[in-house]
Amino acid sequence: MKKLFVPLSVVSAAMFLYAPFMILDAPYESTMGLVQKIFYFHASCGMAMFAAAFASGIGSAVFLFTRKPAADRLAVAGAELTSIIGLLVLVTGPLWARKAWGVWWQWDARLTSTLVMWMIFNAYLLLRRYGGPGSDRLAAAVALFGMANVPFVYWSVNVWRTLHPKTSVIPSLQPGMRGPFWFCVVAFLLLFALLLSLRMELEKRRQQLDELYLAAEGD
Amino acid sequence: MTVRVLILSLMLFAAPVSAQAPPQQPPPKPAATDEFVPVDRPMSAQETIPAPRLVAIAYGFIWVVLFGYVWSVRSRLASVERELQTVSKRVGSGGR
Repeated sequence: MKKLFVPLSVVSAAMFLYAPFMILDAPYESTMGLVQKIFYFHASCGMAMFAAAFASGIGSAVFLFTRKPAADRLAVAGAELTSIIGLLVLVTGPLWARKAWGVWWQWDARLTSTLVMWMIFNAYLLLRRYGGPGSDRLAAAVALFGMANVPFVYWSVNVWRTLHPKTSVIPSLQPGMRGPFWFCVVAFLLLFALLLSLRMELEKRRQQLDELYLAAEGD
Repeated sequence: MTVRVLILSLMLFAAPVSAQAPPQQPPPKPAATDEFVPVDRPMSAQETIPAPRLVAIAYGFIWVVLFGYVWSVRSRLASVERELQTVSKRVGSGGR
């Protein structure tokens, strides 16, 4: 991954520079008009947020059973990315909703469950920062709860009555919208993988620093 | 007579109540969107809330946050690297 990091970063940057042109060329939606174009980045962010939550949850599960530092690094990096990308989802969604629904926020199943999931991963980060010794295992359990929320968030629009578009909008996208959308999804997933790798590297260095401090104290 | 008075008073009592509270059904909520239907141009007549501003804020926010996060991770990494070098030297020189 280290060898591929720079070329993949260049590819990711190029994709993010080209994406707005594809989105501009995409057709307008019949009822929502221009504001529906938020969908291309909003839904892609949502997919990257789910990937980050899975990364954190899987890393936490492995860490709980094996105590491997690499699994913990994955859990921390995934949780931080869930928080950052989740923020993007939770801000761009209301901007779209204000125009499409006439309100910034609705306490429906999708929006509320997304907010709850985001808060769980923020709780994980706070626990890691201020929880003291042993908080890594407690935080890992919190991340598992966060990951368990992902299918609930995804299916909520199909199970409960909500204003949020259903999951069926994606497989039913018209050709003019399908291309830009999947392009954005790939761009965001690639960026997510790069940021995850970068953040894991930071955590690895921190662990090395902690070991060095312990060694220095031992001397 | 008593029965008639009772029925009359019941009718008088019930009439305004039924007039005041007709059976009301909750207004139907708009259904969730099942699929997006494309058109060639935006319906500008319906654009009462400025959509371009909302779209610009949404995309701008995403770009700013992502750039900010990359910068934050990079600077944290550089700071840890510097600290690692300092502590490595200290440990290497026997803690002096």
